[in-house]
Amino acid sequence: MTFEPKILGFLCNWCSYAGADLAGVSRIQYPPNMRVIRVMCSGRVDPVFIFKALLTGIDGVFVLGCHPGDCHYLEGNYEAEKKFIMVQKFLKIVDFDKRIRLDWVSASEGARFAQVVTEFIESIREQGPSPLSGENIDQELFNNLKAMENSVSSDRIRALVGRQRRITEVENEYGEKVPIDEYNAIFDGAIHDEFVRQRILLSLSTKVLSVKDLAAELKLDPSEILENMLTLKSRGDIDYQSIDGNTPLYMRI
Amino acid sequence: MSDKEEEPRIGVFVCSCGSNIGGLIDVKALAEYSKTLPNVVFTEDNLYTCSETGLAQIKNGIKDHNLNRVIVASCTPRTHEPLFRDCVKKEGVNEYLFNFVNIRDQNTWCHQKYPQEAFEKAKDLIRMGVAKAAKLEALDNIIVDATPTALVIGGGVSGMTAALSLANQGFETHLVERENELGGRLKTLHKLFPNDQKAQLLLDNLKKNVGSKENLKIHTSAQVKNIEGFVGNFEVSVEENGNNINLTIGVILVAVGTSLFTPTGYFGYDGKIRITQHELESKLNNNDVKAKDIVMIQCVGSRNDERVYCSSVCCMTALKNALVLKENNPKSNVSILFRDLYTPGTHYEDYYRRAREEGVVFIEYSPEKEPSVEENQIKVYNQYLGEELLIPYDLCVLSTPLVSNNDNKALAQMIKVPLEENGFFLEAHVKLRPMDFATAGVFICGSAKWPVDITESISQGYAAAARASTIISHDTIEVEGATSFLPDYNKSLCTGCEVCIKVCPYNAISKNEEDEIVITQVLCKGCGVCGATCTNHAIIIRHFTDQQILSEIYAYGGKEV
Ligand SMILES: Cc1cc2nc3c(=O)[nH]c(=O)nc-3n(C[C@H](O)[C@H](O)[C@H](O)COP(=O)(O)OP(=O)(O)OC[C@H]3O[C@@H](n4cnc5c(N)ncnc54)[C@H](O)[C@@H]3O)c2cc1C
Repeated sequence: MTFEPKILGFLCNWCSYAGADLAGVSRIQYPPNMRVIRVMCSGRVDPVFIFKALLTGIDGVFVLGCHPGDCHYLEGNYEAEKKFIMVQKFLKIVDFDKRIRLDWVSASEGARFAQVVTEFIESIREQGPSPLSGENIDQELFNNLKAMENSVSSDRIRALVGRQRRITEVENEYGEKVPIDEYNAIFDGAIHDEFVRQRILLSLSTKVLSVKDLAAELKLDPSEILENMLTLKSRGDIDYQSIDGNTPLYMRI
Repeated sequence: MSDKEEEPRIGVFVCSCGSNIGGLIDVKALAEYSKTLPNVVFTEDNLYTCSETGLAQIKNGIKDHNLNRVIVASCTPRTHEPLFRDCVKKEGVNEYLFNFVNIRDQNTWCHQKYPQEAFEKAKDLIRMGVAKAAKLEALDNIIVDATPTALVIGGGVSGMTAALSLANQGFETHLVERENELGGRLKTLHKLFPNDQKAQLLLDNLKKNVGSKENLKIHTSAQVKNIEGFVGNFEVSVEENGNNINLTIGVILVAVGTSLFTPTGYFGYDGKIRITQHELESKLNNNDVKAKDIVMIQCVGSRNDERVYCSSVCCMTALKNALVLKENNPKSNVSILFRDLYTPGTHYEDYYRRAREEGVVFIEYSPEKEPSVEENQIKVYNQYLGEELLIPYDLCVLSTPLVSNNDNKALAQMIKVPLEENGFFLEAHVKLRPMDFATAGVFICGSAKWPVDITESISQGYAAAARASTIISHDTIEVEGATSFLPDYNKSLCTGCEVCIKVCPYNAISKNEEDEIVITQVLCKGCGVCGATCTNHAIIIRHFTDQQILSEIYAYGGKEV
């Protein structure tokens, strides 16, 4: 059987959903692989939604909004873009970022809607089925994406992405603007750390492990694991459970 | 919001839409399939669900099967949701417990060669719709008082027309013009196409009418300084001649028109013998045109990379002024160098014919080979002759576009409406809501939206006034209940981080004296950005809640994760 990609699209009511309707009214044809969830604004798309969709085994997720500057809600699409870029950064860690896409389609661009959807479907077709689809899923990938979902659900990451435009484009509470490079460096670091921490938490939620065990399981340097474990311990998320010889074993609280 | 506890009883109505849906996929089979879905207690297929018969079927379904959720799988919510919402409401089901599934515009119409796949897609979409419907909650629209007053910003022809129309309907109307005189562009024009009426005559007439209305207050040398509040209840502060006035306003109309473009650097523009059409009209008003060889160049500074749009009034302006020049001095030579001539409709095309008859010379040029303006001759390549023509001139007139005002952005931010890429105001929907903004209670007319001529400015002035009066002719107004919401039971989740306050484009979120987050429902437009941003998932986006959207995702994905 040939592979038919299973695609989910989040469409904003005012531009891209209207563009999709116009494609229909104009009888423009495109492959029938995408299912649409209508939201009022692309800015409504919580990063969690994207991970949830990928975790169910959906092969690709498309977010479509109004063109920059044309947002029905003034700036919702800029917020959508920031969140999307963040999700991409997470997915890049496991080389899964090509399975999601963000684009802009206006209410008058029926043909463009059909075109971008077709292109995305074809790109997913080339990438093949998601390792999270079907009966035997790639459990490690699943855990990684689950940890990412938990990361984008965490207040630290959400606060960073939520404040980004104010911090880098307007100015913060103290009247200063952070250069985008500087911000990105902080943000990238936070993304990486939070991911590792959530991965650790996920592993410790089913079993008791040492730093070494975790380093082996997560294929990371023990020193990096240790550093993040200390943060988790100070946050009150994990604690020692017992000592095995000289090695402390940790558990999730 | 009482239905929350009640078990969902969902009815699914699958529309054949004649053969639009039923011609490609089996709607009976879809209705049968829908029956197998959780919480669905009744399904039916209809030839046209939106017809009288179809609506009666929905009503009977609700009555006979005690439905508390209704799904219609048919065309698109963008055109038909209001109809079906109204239908279920009449039968006692809250309108927010209706859910639309689009299986025509985004399915059968687009996959005409794939009936089997389109059928499967419709099944998925209905399954997702049913999953969401089960989680839908009844909502109430919000009722607020409306002040029966209007504010019109900009006293050009469109603003004056709108203000006059509103005042004639009996509404107290405030017309704010930043210059010391009303009139806008009209003040400096000579004669007007398409009937060669003196601009001054139309202006005097309008000003007389506007000035004679007691309930129409004119504020000249005035600027809007601040706008707060919401539809029916805007608090506006206006600075007039240095004095501050505070107004309580029900609706706002934007009629700020356009600015002129100075073509510095284009075709040797010098404001003396190489001038704009606008400067020519002033000269004509002052009887100050001596030239015998006049060349006009069209599309100067428009339809290029920087300004892609067509300014729409310049072709007609050139024809008008060419005819005036010919009439004033039949011996003069007038040539128009154009890229495309735009003379739509009977009146305008007639103008073009007349200009030809009067001996105006038309020469097409292409943007790749622009005319070059020299000391006293113009070189233009004529593609039909395949050679360069030399035209002597003693007056060169450049047709430049109307451009957006520099301060549109500041005004747009004040009233919370968008601008398009060229800085003009962007309406809510180009076809369905051309005079509205997405922000409730704010309307647009005239060339502030796009360069238009006076006839169109006047029509739009009337149209916007009519739209505005649909609001202020009532004592109260109803606004969408699908807003952002911080329920009491989620208050403990709120960390007070204030990110929601920062991302809200409508200033609908603030902190009260107890340092708690408060969402002002009437200001909220329901975009949902705050919900997607909330650092601790405290904010709920009604009608598009996390649970509702996740249920759609799971229904498609086939499992909960
Ligand atoms: C050279 C030329 C010739 C033309 N000839 C013709 C013709 O023959 N026939 C025809 O039909 N059309 C003609 N037009 C087009 C015509 O001028 C426009 O259609 C018309 O002026 C549009 O009216 P308006 O009310 O939309 O805007 P405007 O006339 O531009 O008026 C806008 C008003 O708003 C005021 N304003 C702007 N911003 C603010 C603010 N923030 N606060 C308060 N007030 C503000 C301005 O001061 C101005 O008074 C011509 C245009 C040009 C340039």
